[in-house]
Amino acid sequence: MSTKITLAKGLNMGLRQAMEDDPKVLVMGEDVGKLGGVFRITDGLQKDFGEDRVIDSPLAESGIVGTAVGLALRGYRPVVEIQFDGFVYPAYDQIVCQVAKMHFRSRGRSTMPMVIRIPFGGGIGAVEHHSESPEAQFAHTPGLKVVACSNPVDGYWMIQQAIACDDPVIFLEPKRQYHADKADLDESATPAPLFASRVVRPGTDVTLLAYGPTVKTAMRAAEAAATEGRSVEVIDLRTLSPLDMAPVFDSVRRTGRAVVCHEAHVNLGMGAELSARITEECFYSLESPVLRVGGFDTPYPASRIEEDFLPDLDRVLDAVDRSLDF
Amino acid sequence: MSQPVPQTDPPADRPEQGAAFGPDLAEVFGPSQTDGGPELVQLLTPEGERVHHPEFDLDFSEEQLRGFYRDMVLTRRLDVEATALQRHGELGIWAQLLGQEAAQIGAGRALRKQDHVFPTYREHGVAWCRGIDPLRLLGLFRGVDHGDWDPEDYGFGLYTIVIGAQTLHATGYAMGMQRDGVVGTGDADRDAAVIAHFGDGASSQGDVNESFIFAASYNAPVVFFCQNNQWAISEPIERQSRIPLYQRALGFGFPGVRVDGNDVLATYAVTQAALQRARDGQGPTFVEAYTYRMGAHTTTDDPTRYRLSADVESWKLKDPIARLEAYLKRNGFADAAFFEALDDEAEQFGATLREGCKALPDPSPLAMFDQVYAEQTEELVAQRDGYAAYLDSFEPETEVAR
Repeated sequence: MSTKITLAKGLNMGLRQAMEDDPKVLVMGEDVGKLGGVFRITDGLQKDFGEDRVIDSPLAESGIVGTAVGLALRGYRPVVEIQFDGFVYPAYDQIVCQVAKMHFRSRGRSTMPMVIRIPFGGGIGAVEHHSESPEAQFAHTPGLKVVACSNPVDGYWMIQQAIACDDPVIFLEPKRQYHADKADLDESATPAPLFASRVVRPGTDVTLLAYGPTVKTAMRAAEAAATEGRSVEVIDLRTLSPLDMAPVFDSVRRTGRAVVCHEAHVNLGMGAELSARITEECFYSLESPVLRVGGFDTPYPASRIEEDFLPDLDRVLDAVDRSLDF
Repeated sequence: MSQPVPQTDPPADRPEQGAAFGPDLAEVFGPSQTDGGPELVQLLTPEGERVHHPEFDLDFSEEQLRGFYRDMVLTRRLDVEATALQRHGELGIWAQLLGQEAAQIGAGRALRKQDHVFPTYREHGVAWCRGIDPLRLLGLFRGVDHGDWDPEDYGFGLYTIVIGAQTLHATGYAMGMQRDGVVGTGDADRDAAVIAHFGDGASSQGDVNESFIFAASYNAPVVFFCQNNQWAISEPIERQSRIPLYQRALGFGFPGVRVDGNDVLATYAVTQAALQRARDGQGPTFVEAYTYRMGAHTTTDDPTRYRLSADVESWKLKDPIARLEAYLKRNGFADAAFFEALDDEAEQFGATLREGCKALPDPSPLAMFDQVYAEQTEELVAQRDGYAAYLDSFEPETEVAR
């Protein structure tokens, strides 16, 4: 028995299931209560679980994450919503200095079972600070785990798995996809592990790595490439810290070529780390350098030109061509 | 109309405010003063005279008074020994509490077992009251760990180095207590509260101000205990605030009290009242313990570069231990045998600290890989194994002990 759901619905259902499964799970953030969040991800949760468990917070991101630290120390499992990617920075100190280090500082005595949900990425025609991709800043921080979902079914399962994890998880949601596509959810299925990447389209000529919003772009690029007789294998990384490199290495050893695609700035982004690891492990299998397609090293531009900033079908195909023609 | 400003004249680079924007600050906050002011809650004068207060008076047993005294003497001994251990190269650094013993012992002894403390890195006296082995504090400053105690076992969190960050943790923890149903039940053994320690410097931090907002908004059972020791490293309190700190609470919507932080009796009485208010479900309170940092910020600091010795000398006359000693002796609450026995205990305590500190073992280098995550990652296991193999590649005589 399956139902058609959007990513927003999958996340909402996953949150609801996690709250039903464990009374210690709390949802906190700005406008998450009556409004159900500006993207409606927490729609209806306060009505059903009450104001003690779905907490509308004052407008202070450091305060939200900092008080969530205290709730976690008290034995709760807070799920924090940061309203937009660009608003996470006031909480950056609490996340990096406190959330990430508490388990280490306490020699394992205090855990931080906290999920920090961040709608990330662009393409929604927003004003400044509403379209950013800060994942590398968190993946660079020991003590955090960082995952990005790309589709409705993963949204449903991954949010529950992140909440069940005893480590703090930065949970990145491609906001452009929230209400875009529908997929069939089978709630009785066994989900894949949270910290595992996945081959979403097999291929033989080049490995294309993506996560979050660029998975859809990568899939469309692979379809387009196929019409030209080029077989692109697409991997949805899903987990950015830790990275699950085994499927990537396996793929690159077969294809000999790799292209990484993300919306974040290329300089010191996830693509740089992926490129380094592929080079270290698959050096003798590589037929061409690992290429990166991503946001330029500029601040996110005004929305009328954001499609120039974001890696699109053509830029990904261009990189695939360059990799194959090397 | 010119604008009188409490505590300090406006800096020359700041124009005086006109009266058109709201009330006269001096009318709201009282006249300028530098000695703690008329609202300073005091039960024991610097001369050791017991005085009374209409709101916060308490009766103390002789045993309680002697206990406070012992706590303060041993806490000061810890501070002296740790400072010397740093000078001898046994500690990397030490944050001194000299002069703040009454503020910390008064606050620490007002706690109940079920209460929870969120300390700064200077809360050695509160740690003592919570039963933390002082060697654990020395271990942190020696650099063998970041604090080797279980916060839940002692109701005492790990020292927080980032200024003010812990006030938010305290508020969240207090929100957890509300959800656990241990606030305002009327059961004295059950009702609990949180106390967040911080200093005058931290009062400028965004996190501290956000914690006030969250605590007020949710009516959280938390006491914000600010030791105003007048100095944030080299910066005087006037750089942090133009009004007495305790009066800031008003703007956040909860009461603030200024207590003589060198008076252990008053600090105990005020903190106990604030904690009880929180346990009863009446929400947060700001307690400003007005005190003075007699030592340096830490052992790396040199206060002679920025403050006058005359100021330090004037505060010596307000010493927290001397005033309680005078009170005990004058009233016969402690005899010569008590003071002699305490001297002996302090000597023994000092020797234990010196020997214990030097005997603290260095941690295993490989242990750092194992405590990053509750659920270990393959990446870190690989790094750990790689480093272990690297260490093993050396000749035995140069091998690093693990």
